[in-house]
Amino acid sequence: MRAERSTIVFNIMGYIVISVLTLLCLLPFWLIISGSLSAEDDIIRDGFRLVPQHFSIEAYKAVFSNPMQILKAYEVTIRLTLTGTVLGLFFTSMAGYVLSRKDFKYRDKLAFFIYFTTLFSGGLIPWYIMIVNYLNWKDSYLALLVPSLLSAWNIILMKNFMKSIPDSIVESAKIDGAGEFTIYRRLILPLSTPGLATIGLFLGLAYWNDWFSANVFITTESKYPLQFLLYKILASAAVLKTNIAGNLGADFQAPAETLKMAVAIVVTGPIIFLYPFVQRYFVKGLTIGAVKG
Amino acid sequence: MREFFKELGKNRTLFLMILPALLFFIVFSYIPMVGVYYAFTNFSFDGGLFGSPFVGLQNFKFLFESGALYNLTKNTVLYNLAFIFVGNILQLVCAVFLSEMVGKWFKKTTQSIMFLPFFISFVLVGAFVYNLFNFETGAVNTLLRELGLQPYDFYLHTAPWKYIIVFFNVWKGLGYGTVIYLAAIMGISDEYHEAAKIDGANIFKRIRYITLPLLRPTFILLILLSLGGILKGQFDLFWQIVGNNGMLYDATDIIDTYVYRSLAINFDIGMGTAAGLFQSFFGFVLVVTVNWIVRKVQKDYALF
Repeated sequence: MRAERSTIVFNIMGYIVISVLTLLCLLPFWLIISGSLSAEDDIIRDGFRLVPQHFSIEAYKAVFSNPMQILKAYEVTIRLTLTGTVLGLFFTSMAGYVLSRKDFKYRDKLAFFIYFTTLFSGGLIPWYIMIVNYLNWKDSYLALLVPSLLSAWNIILMKNFMKSIPDSIVESAKIDGAGEFTIYRRLILPLSTPGLATIGLFLGLAYWNDWFSANVFITTESKYPLQFLLYKILASAAVLKTNIAGNLGADFQAPAETLKMAVAIVVTGPIIFLYPFVQRYFVKGLTIGAVKG
Repeated sequence: MREFFKELGKNRTLFLMILPALLFFIVFSYIPMVGVYYAFTNFSFDGGLFGSPFVGLQNFKFLFESGALYNLTKNTVLYNLAFIFVGNILQLVCAVFLSEMVGKWFKKTTQSIMFLPFFISFVLVGAFVYNLFNFETGAVNTLLRELGLQPYDFYLHTAPWKYIIVFFNVWKGLGYGTVIYLAAIMGISDEYHEAAKIDGANIFKRIRYITLPLLRPTFILLILLSLGGILKGQFDLFWQIVGNNGMLYDATDIIDTYVYRSLAINFDIGMGTAAGLFQSFFGFVLVVTVNWIVRKVQKDYALF
């Protein structure tokens, strides 16, 4: 096929724009990896750069020299993510199913009851006081788990996914004498896998990446989830460093700068690793949901 | 009421199935709404909800008269406008290029990479900012020194942060938005393009006269719907990038960071709740207005 001149120009422009944006998306990751693999002395003297001056894995050695803290944080995060995703999906899909049932009389009223929470809220502080003063969840895992289980958006998205399941399926199952919960579990759930996958990913990602709940609710260090631990290390290692400079003199050189970068990599690793596999499901679910509106 | 109980009896299981969700929103959304009362008190933890002294509109008055509210609202709105317009335009450009370019492997790979930032936590964004901009070891200052220039202390100047914050917001949402626009472009029938090709229209003309006009409703609606949320700030983004840096408040403080500081750092519950209530109330008015406009433009896309 003979390509037109304008088509060639368009493709060249496209390759340039998309390549530049892609490189900008990669650049911060590259800098972190490069920083984590640099020698501490180089960073202190010259600062972070694109390519390490001297390749070194000292920072990773330091991270894993006393891995208990990180492993514990991994455990907390994995447990929270699994429990939160499973329970969240269960409650979201049940609510979504009920709201998708066209023969359910209070459907619109209940949908509005849920939807209204996205329009108006009491704000952060009353929410916080509710959880800390009335539920007494300060420093409890429950404060990390429960308040993030459900969101009105997820329920509405689920309802929209389920609306496309033909009514006749529910009706014929009812004639066969199946109860509502059986219909939901045996028929509706298997037919909603794309929706469940998308919302499951949303939930899993939110739990894995959550640092805010821990920031306001958790005080015991051994209860820190991963992202909050990283946040603390990024912030407090800076304080630590100045203390050392003041008290110990120049001969003490524990990796601090490179350590931060190494922890960032260790904490984000699983997401980068899983990302290529889950991305396609995510995009698929997203476009189904988006097209339907 | 009798009717309701009849319905409850008939559809007991359905009610039970939605009950957890209803309880959730009662506990975490509706009961806390009562807490907006704190905004009208001089809150003390000993007094609690009803024991704290009632001060009427004093908190609001202070927020207005000190100029704090004006600055917070201005920042929140302007940042959101920049996020919305820069973000949507770049996403649209990417989607148009990706839909018409050749090279399947290239398109697949770049699209995957552009989606990556969406998946990472804001704490990692904080790590990026630290790596790039801290004074002693930041990569930008490394570069400046290498070029023989003076290193620049970003944390002492307000000017660069608008661009840094907008960059990272757009950076994080680029892949996601591109997918949405790509889906909209895929929905355009091939026939239009085929017919235009036969008529001798080149690719730029086809984009100008077919793709863009057909995307206009989607574009306008996405923008309108985001305008409804223009008072809601992205706490994660701002806090991870700037943190609690008093030097930069003028340029980077939004309502959400102010409310958070009132809660966690200044313990000024009444003032924080007042700022939050201001945000919620006008946010509500905005969404309802925007929805009313969307309803006029295109009924199907209205939120409610």
